[in-house]
Amino acid sequence: MAHFTPWASLFGGILIGLAAVILFAGNGRLAGVSGIIGGALGARGRELYWRLAFLLSLLLGPLAWTTISGSEPAIAITADRGILVVGGLLVGLGTQMGGGCTSGHGICGMARLSLRSIVAVGVFMVVAFATVFVSRHVVGG
Amino acid sequence: MREIVTALVAGLVFGIGLTISGMVDPAKVLGFLDIAGDWDPSLAFVMLGGVVTAFVGFRLVGRRTMPLFAPAFPAEPDNTIDGRLLAGAALFGLGWGLVGLCPGPAVTALVLDSHPATIFFASVVVGMLVWRQIAKRSGQ
Repeated sequence: MAHFTPWASLFGGILIGLAAVILFAGNGRLAGVSGIIGGALGARGRELYWRLAFLLSLLLGPLAWTTISGSEPAIAITADRGILVVGGLLVGLGTQMGGGCTSGHGICGMARLSLRSIVAVGVFMVVAFATVFVSRHVVGG
Repeated sequence: MREIVTALVAGLVFGIGLTISGMVDPAKVLGFLDIAGDWDPSLAFVMLGGVVTAFVGFRLVGRRTMPLFAPAFPAEPDNTIDGRLLAGAALFGLGWGLVGLCPGPAVTALVLDSHPATIFFASVVVGMLVWRQIAKRSGQ
């Protein structure tokens, strides 16, 4: 528990929720990132432009925070190339098949009390916990 | 134009939120998912803050008949639980657990650790296109 950051995580979560409310209030859209990326593939005109605007701005988020706070967030991607490819394919396939991810089902869907989203979150959380358990404590270490 | 500006503001707030919360860092995400190890429960607070804020906000906004810059709100959530939902969520959970990146952080990682993030993001897009082909062939 050396890196426990409940307040920063709570505040960050509130901002993510606020972003979802802004997109909902302005454009009547749900801020599910997998849905926004998936919907941009093959889209044209307005459908494409608002999605690209959201994704470009999302990309600038860490840079904006670095400017505000004066320190760049350090991240560590430890997966090797093969795992990155397999994991990415599964995330892309699974989110389109299941109609959402941590933001679409996890934040927007749960906030709308969608039964589909509540079930999806239960499933992907349990599978993610199990995946980390197996990779860190059974096969890896 | 106002629709684009709204998307820009929402994306920026979302990206800053992801950064402050720690969700952008796969090491922190995997620490949250590793209950049997040196468990860091911080990221449960991200979902708590996000869901409560969106729950209240959606209800306040929903009193309007329509969004500010668009003709309609999304349809009410449908409650069908089917194999596609369960299998999709399970595959997503597997991929998320292997790498520690879900779609939002996969985007922000492009500026934070661009080499591995590019490989991951490109694979996500390919996975999405694969689903599109499967769905098209099965006539969905």
